[in-house]
Amino acid sequence: MDNKRPVNLDLTKFSFPLPALTSIVHRVTGFALFVGLVFLMYSLDLSLESEQGFATVKEGLDHPLAKLIIWGVVSALLYHLVAGVKHLVMDMGIGETLEGGRNGALIVIAVSVVLIVLAGVWIW
Amino acid sequence: MVASVTSLGRNGLYDWLIQRVTAVILASYTVFLLGYLVLSPDLTFAQWSGLFGHTAMRIFSLLALLSIGAHAWVGLWTISTDYIKPAGIRVCFQAACGVVMFAYVVWGVEILWGL
Repeated sequence: MDNKRPVNLDLTKFSFPLPALTSIVHRVTGFALFVGLVFLMYSLDLSLESEQGFATVKEGLDHPLAKLIIWGVVSALLYHLVAGVKHLVMDMGIGETLEGGRNGALIVIAVSVVLIVLAGVWIW
Repeated sequence: MVASVTSLGRNGLYDWLIQRVTAVILASYTVFLLGYLVLSPDLTFAQWSGLFGHTAMRIFSLLALLSIGAHAWVGLWTISTDYIKPAGIRVCFQAACGVVMFAYVVWGVEILWGL
């Protein structure tokens, strides 16, 4: 490698194409889910423990902050799921061109926005 | 071919396959559980604990739990090797992720079998 080549890695000056942005969000949501899983596991633990625990989770989910956290985790999950399905579709050889990549990214955004809004309606 | 001792499948092709297989399991589990919750607005404790009392549901849940472990390992390994350049910090991050994942699996088994 020639180390004298100019390097510009100022991320604030980059113009990211849409597929790059959806890919980064896929990574961010993946990490967020790894952290957010603790809330889901805790709720599952409590809800299966006893009748009271189940009631506690149900009441807890009425709290605005709890609704926000669960909506955040569910949104990350839905986005990650949709972007993951796009990967599987591309593995089958569909949408591997530059244009296909852009369209795929647009579809991922459109579908996940709809699902996230629906999830918000469901939670509230 | 690039092989790394810290990757789950020892090389990119196995990691790629592990990521796909676990993704399909996790997608099925997510769609099933979200669908179940959406379709049961007046869920009771008896229904909920009955669902997780089924052996089939416990198998499905344990499968999903183990898939999370492998899927998160491949994903976090990819992220850490891309963004964390100093080897010491990267190994510490990967070790911490490994411990958390192991804890999730053990905790999940406890929840499922009511230990």
